[in-house]
Amino acid sequence: MWRNTRTSYGWIAIALHWAVAAAFATTFALGWATQAVADEPATQFNLYQWHKSFGFLVLALALVRFGATILEVRPDPVLGLPAWQRRASGAMHALLLALLLAVPLAGWAVASASPLAIPSYVFELVVVPHLPLPKSAAMEAVASWAHAILAWTTCALVAGHAGAAVVHAVALRDGTLRRMLSPRG
Amino acid sequence: MRVRELILCAGLLAAGGADAETLSEVSGRYAIVPASTIAFHVAQVGGGGIDGRFPDFAGTLELDGGDLARSRVTITLEPATVTAGEQRIADFLRSSAVFDVANHPAITFTSTRVVRRGSDAAEILGSLTARGRTLSATFHATLLERRGRELLFRVVGRIARDPYDMGIGVPIYSNFADFEMLLRCERI
Repeated sequence: MWRNTRTSYGWIAIALHWAVAAAFATTFALGWATQAVADEPATQFNLYQWHKSFGFLVLALALVRFGATILEVRPDPVLGLPAWQRRASGAMHALLLALLLAVPLAGWAVASASPLAIPSYVFELVVVPHLPLPKSAAMEAVASWAHAILAWTTCALVAGHAGAAVVHAVALRDGTLRRMLSPRG
Repeated sequence: MRVRELILCAGLLAAGGADAETLSEVSGRYAIVPASTIAFHVAQVGGGGIDGRFPDFAGTLELDGGDLARSRVTITLEPATVTAGEQRIADFLRSSAVFDVANHPAITFTSTRVVRRGSDAAEILGSLTARGRTLSATFHATLLERRGRELLFRVVGRIARDPYDMGIGVPIYSNFADFEMLLRCERI
């Protein structure tokens, strides 16, 4: 039940999937909110710190997930899935995992390159050191641009991923979504 | 080499002796001149912190050497002119998150009591008004030098930010701002 089998996802994989999803959604919403409150500097500052904390959580969970994909058995696709959908699904999962690592890494680069040198005090529990990057406004701007592009790309892919899951659940009724809700799915 | 060092030390001691003054001997009314520096440091978690300065200020000292307790000190800072190395930090300090200079353009300190702490040092107790709130504050002053009509004081003090509704960033940044001032005062 905890580990994956050839036909089902275990609780560990299911929990990691939804935990990453929730952490990314929260981080993305907080990141969007930081720009929506630009005229309230105190609120914006606090939102940035929460955004950074959840971003590091996404990175940690994505790293665990990456390790799990190496160590765990990958369940076979549901029966009857066309070859092109298998390939598309595999590519989507790999790309999403890569982006879930890349987006927070780019965010970490923003905090590290910023001349503001604001510490990353994750959930006010631990100080994550800055990456060894030169501090400059130009470097910060490049990292910010990459962070935003990667985040919006991830958001679009998540929407596509979720949309495909809904199609499988509602139109095709092939059990693809159920497998990510319970090992018995 | 050793002889040169001895001569140098003797020279420094002699200079120090000539400048050494006690607060009893400097009675009078003084204005704080622009050559003074008013700096502050707010430490941050993991080391380092924000270092800022207030370049625009004004103030007077009325020193009563005979009875230092009767002395009075007033200083007014203009937070709109604060600098902090990085422009975005200075802008943030000026904003509604910290000094809120649009609504509170001045920070003032008015002494209520001066207590002698040795021949050349004193504790200055008073009221600090910032962001519309007035609270008691204490600074420690040491007379470093007297030259003609000028006095040079080193003044230090620690102010908690939160009581002034400036606690933004705690605990990433310390709740305390440590002030370090070198006040050059000219008799008026």
